[in-house]
Amino acid sequence: MSTAQHIWTVIGVLFVLLNIAAGLIWVERRLLALWQDRLGPNRAGPLGLLIVLADTLKLFFKEDWIPPFASKAIFVVAPAIVAGTVLISFVIIPFAPNIVVADLNIGLLFFLAMSSIGVYSIVLGGWASNNKYSLLGALRGASQMIAYEVFMGLSLMGVVMLSGSFNLGAIVEAQRDLWFVVTQPVGFLVFFIAGVAETHRLPFDIPEAESELIAGFHAEYSGMKFGMFFIGEYLGITLISAMTVTLFFGGWLGPSFLPPLVWFILKTFFFIGVFILLRASLPRPRYDQLIEYGWKVLLPLVLANLMITGAVALYLKDS
Amino acid sequence: MPKIFIDNTSYEVKAGKNVLEACLTLGFDLPYFCWHPAMGSVGACRQCAVKVYKDENDTSGKIIMSCMEGVRDGMHLSIDDKAAKAFREQVIEWLMTNHPHDCPVCDEGGSCHLQDMTVMTGHDYRRYDYKKRTYVNQYLGPFIHHEMNRCIQCYRCVRFYKDYAGGKDLNVFAAHNHVYFGREKDGTLESPFSGNLAEVCPTGVFTDKTLRQHYTRKWDLTSAPSVCQHCSVGCNTIAGERYGGLRNIVNRYNAEVNGYFLCDRGRFGYEFVNSENRITKPQVMHQAVDENALMHHLETVLTNHSLIGIGSPRASMESNFALLDLVGKENFFCGVYNEEMMLERRITDILDSGKIPVASLKQIEDADAVVILGEDIWNTAPMMALAVRQSVMKTGGREATEKTPMPEWHELAVKELQQNTKGFMVNVTVTETSLDEIASLNINAAPDDIARLGFAIANHIHPSLELKNFEEAVLAKAKTIADELLKCSNPVIITGTSCYNDPVLRAAFDIAAALKAAGKAPAIAFVVPECNSMGLAMMRGHAFDTAVRRVNREPNVTAVILEQDLYRNLPAGIVDEFLSKCRNIIVLDSLNNATTEKAHVLIPASTFAEGDGTLISYEGRAQRYYQVYVPDNKYIRESWKWLSRMKMIISGKANGHDPHHDSVISSLETALRQFAGISAAAPSSGFSIHGEQIPREPHRYSGRTAMLANRNVSEPKPVADGDSPLSFTMEGYQGTPPSSAIPFFWKPGWNSPQAVNKYQQEIGGDLIGGNPGVRLFVKSSGNMPEFFKDYPEHFRERQNKWLLLPQSHVFGSDELSVYSAGIAGRSPEPYMGLSPVDAKMLDVTEGSQVTIKSEKEEYSFPVKIVESLRNGIVLVSKGLPGTQGMSWGNWVELAK
Amino acid sequence: MFSHFRTMWLVFLHLFRKKVTIQYPEEKVQLHPRYKGRIVLTKDPDGGERCVGCYLCSAACPVDCIALQATQDENGRRYPEFFRINFSRCIFCGFCEDACPTYAIQLIPDFEMGEYKRQDLVFEKEDLLINSQGKYPGYNFYKVAGMDAGVKQKGHGANEELPVDVHSLLP
Repeated sequence: MSTAQHIWTVIGVLFVLLNIAAGLIWVERRLLALWQDRLGPNRAGPLGLLIVLADTLKLFFKEDWIPPFASKAIFVVAPAIVAGTVLISFVIIPFAPNIVVADLNIGLLFFLAMSSIGVYSIVLGGWASNNKYSLLGALRGASQMIAYEVFMGLSLMGVVMLSGSFNLGAIVEAQRDLWFVVTQPVGFLVFFIAGVAETHRLPFDIPEAESELIAGFHAEYSGMKFGMFFIGEYLGITLISAMTVTLFFGGWLGPSFLPPLVWFILKTFFFIGVFILLRASLPRPRYDQLIEYGWKVLLPLVLANLMITGAVALYLKDS
Repeated sequence: MPKIFIDNTSYEVKAGKNVLEACLTLGFDLPYFCWHPAMGSVGACRQCAVKVYKDENDTSGKIIMSCMEGVRDGMHLSIDDKAAKAFREQVIEWLMTNHPHDCPVCDEGGSCHLQDMTVMTGHDYRRYDYKKRTYVNQYLGPFIHHEMNRCIQCYRCVRFYKDYAGGKDLNVFAAHNHVYFGREKDGTLESPFSGNLAEVCPTGVFTDKTLRQHYTRKWDLTSAPSVCQHCSVGCNTIAGERYGGLRNIVNRYNAEVNGYFLCDRGRFGYEFVNSENRITKPQVMHQAVDENALMHHLETVLTNHSLIGIGSPRASMESNFALLDLVGKENFFCGVYNEEMMLERRITDILDSGKIPVASLKQIEDADAVVILGEDIWNTAPMMALAVRQSVMKTGGREATEKTPMPEWHELAVKELQQNTKGFMVNVTVTETSLDEIASLNINAAPDDIARLGFAIANHIHPSLELKNFEEAVLAKAKTIADELLKCSNPVIITGTSCYNDPVLRAAFDIAAALKAAGKAPAIAFVVPECNSMGLAMMRGHAFDTAVRRVNREPNVTAVILEQDLYRNLPAGIVDEFLSKCRNIIVLDSLNNATTEKAHVLIPASTFAEGDGTLISYEGRAQRYYQVYVPDNKYIRESWKWLSRMKMIISGKANGHDPHHDSVISSLETALRQFAGISAAAPSSGFSIHGEQIPREPHRYSGRTAMLANRNVSEPKPVADGDSPLSFTMEGYQGTPPSSAIPFFWKPGWNSPQAVNKYQQEIGGDLIGGNPGVRLFVKSSGNMPEFFKDYPEHFRERQNKWLLLPQSHVFGSDELSVYSAGIAGRSPEPYMGLSPVDAKMLDVTEGSQVTIKSEKEEYSFPVKIVESLRNGIVLVSKGLPGTQGMSWGNWVELAK
Repeated sequence: MFSHFRTMWLVFLHLFRKKVTIQYPEEKVQLHPRYKGRIVLTKDPDGGERCVGCYLCSAACPVDCIALQATQDENGRRYPEFFRINFSRCIFCGFCEDACPTYAIQLIPDFEMGEYKRQDLVFEKEDLLINSQGKYPGYNFYKVAGMDAGVKQKGHGANEELPVDVHSLLP
């Protein structure tokens, strides 16, 4: 790729991602409404699409309030971290055979590293707010995300074993015959659950739990600072969906009547839809249940999966 | 202490009480109607039924009326017993068969004892299908509204009105279930204590007619503890406000002062606060100005001239002290008539010596003999007269029950035993008074003769004087009185300033001193004219004469006149002379009057309802009144705030902030030692309970988000009160506040004024945390008092001269209360009283106009012939229109 | 785990259900006769104001948005001198209607009272009073109250005996 091409890729990816994130505002509200027998936003523009614009404008024009009791610098930095880390994670995603920003050979590790850094935004945001609910939210966020980080990483090791590479392009290519979701169903399930927890989406939105923590770690945020958390969340959904597709559903691979990029986008949107369906259908578990579920169910499961995958892989290799 | 068992739990109770009192003291909620802590039990309403058991093994028990049974050691009772409960509920149900469907339009609603008791017993549904009994109402005058349908026949009204307060024109008529409480025919209730019917009546038969003009429920009032402004007794009141106007005054219990009652002047005399005649804007040379212009003008007026201040007997201690602080001690004068000032100085000297303690109203009630020398307390201190009546009645009751023991609370039985037995009370006055009917001995005499009789009594008890030229008759009377007094143990001597005669005060002291020497425990009470006369006298400012001499001598004087109409208290000639010589006249007052018209600078001052202050009552009791509400008009501020502002201007430290009450009071304490301890009259502004202030509004206060919405839909921030621990909101500490800061009486289930039960240590006793107010005359010296020996000469008539003395009137003599329409309507036309002989000599008859000539003024009044008046004295109504500034106690000429 | 998937499937199926949303300004809402919306003050059958200024509505109001002042005419009939509801605070809970002892204050089926300025949501008595008896026809408080407020004389109420003759001692 030439430098100019590269720059165009970056700009294109950034542009599309931000638009998807914004568009998800509309998608989520419409889908949620439909699943609840309502219509959802349908007034602003055709099909209510301009709600996205209205909401963005609203966020821009809201009073940008920093509570006098907050630690100002950290309070300002925290929302930037979440949006930043998620955006950076996208560089390793192969959208199509030659559309990838950085074709890293340790792509998967880079993704895991970035999502770990993302935890800081929640912890710092909640702590800097200097508000007890925010702090509680941050504490929950930290423990939840650290816990699920572990299974997420472990659940992917099966994929790595089967493909023999950390490079995402290579992993996609390794699925040309069979999607890994078939060979790694447990890995897929655990990864997806951990992904929901990582993005603290419902039903695992325990750090913000409106009904008990009144929005938790971002209770004190307003205006575009809140907007960053907001965008970060939608980008997170997109990222996890894209990763799921890449790792388990053959990435851009698909019948040739559609171009690879379209396959990728379609698959990704399917998982975004699953994310929203999860929100529409499942109640939030209790905090202790969530952590217990992670350490007592998912961890043994994923370790077993790893061992069996390893054993099978070794056996196949030997035979 | 007897031990009783209530529902199998043992309690220690006070001996001599009835079961109802004991239960209420222990905090039980037991319904009652006819029993009243001040009036005892009659067992008429059958409401307070409880079950009593023979012993702990008795399970059946019997129902008794708890108010009619004394507590006994080992008594077994049940309040929760099913039968007793059903009995109580059924009694209410009977009472409600005839009670009208009036609550929404009844003024008692929300502070109704009947409502409370109905809820307490659990009666909620009318099963009785027949018709309701009705009555025709009566017109009962400007104070009390009558709605007889609501009556539950508890008899409290007549028991209070006739038996307790000695009224004659309220009675019970008809029979059986048709009894009617009212007057013989329509007409004004004559007793000056009729307002208490509104609080005594457990339901809405008698209600406050002045409140009806601007009706507000109790829960909607912003209330603050206050002190009555209309005489020197200092009764504790609660003043309530709504929508920026004062709505009513109700009693605030203080066991040592007014107990459960108020006089009508105090209860209904509040409307001056809402008067059209209020000063609303600062004026310079009769032109309304804003604050900047005023301050600017004051700066020139205050800094370039020498200042003198005229203190006021009706302004608070804070205001008087701020004035003294502004002008300096040597430039502080009292705006009081000279003769009166000398008397007040004598009184403070006597009280300050601590030889004889001052009698509180409670002590007067408990006294076993009362001697009144020369003061018509029925008209100058009505609540004191009510206390004297209780003393007479209680002492009579005690005498009657000596042979046949009977508990004091057993009202009817005691009355039956007592018949006409009365305690000893001597009423020595210039002319007949309303207390005459209960006095053992009535003597009408001229002031000097009153004093001579007093000295003779003292001499009889403790021969210390050499009495010369005393008539046999006087000595004989003195002997009878002295002999009676010697039988008593804690007599009270009452006198006052209205004779304008110093020997009367000295004689009163001598009687008390002689009784003390005879081993008795006497107390003395001096009635002074205004609500803070005692406080002003204790400040020991210079006499007004000196001020007049000062302005005559010095050309460049700025006079600061505090909250008073000089023309009212002082002869117009003197005042005119004084005001004409002043270079600048700054007047602070709340209402326009003759003095404010002469002001060069007029500053609107707050009344008691809009400001904080402390008053000192006749007994030297400093009592705090609190701001009730913040007026819309920002110019209306306490005088002490304005005066402190002026002080800042002089000292060049003006910072635009008003001083806080705490700092004014503490500098008063340090500057004038005689007021040490005055800060204890109320908790300081920083006081809080669990970090919460005391709310002025009940938790049910309504309309907060709508009452000002017509002006602006955004609600204003509640005003903070920097001067007291009370808040202007309904948020704050919901428990029992300190006794001196109780803004209203309310406890769960007790919405009526009877909630006071829950604020008392024992029923009818002291408030929890002690009674409000601190007595400043506390120094008591053990050594024997020295007697005054200079008794006056026998009173002699003079040729063509008459001694001018005041006749006070409950309604009319007070400056501020007459702004209430009802009180103005009941105040008499001014008249001049003459003895029949004098009238004949002047050749005048009842109603003819006669002119009084004093040094400079002339007054003309219709004559009233007063049989009991001594020759040589002319009595003139005090304080009524046309009688201001008279030279009381001086000799005047009369002309047809 | 299976039940979770079943839940998600069932929720997903809602995509194809009929929607309950009413497209409000174009489509109107069917309000029932006892729907509790806008607050009005009604009149009694004789055309007199039913409100007697008892303050119970204002005391019952959880947001304290009712303020009034009672006054009375020459017959002693109580009525509100002013009666103000701050609808920008009102939560339409209907406690005032429940508290009203005279059926004066009623909530009627109308909720279309939006304003651009908050100040315009402050309603005075003139704005609240309607010339109707509302949901309770035929009720006249002063006919059943004990007071004589110019509506009926003492003893002439529905459930009253004639006034007692105070001079009689007969049973």
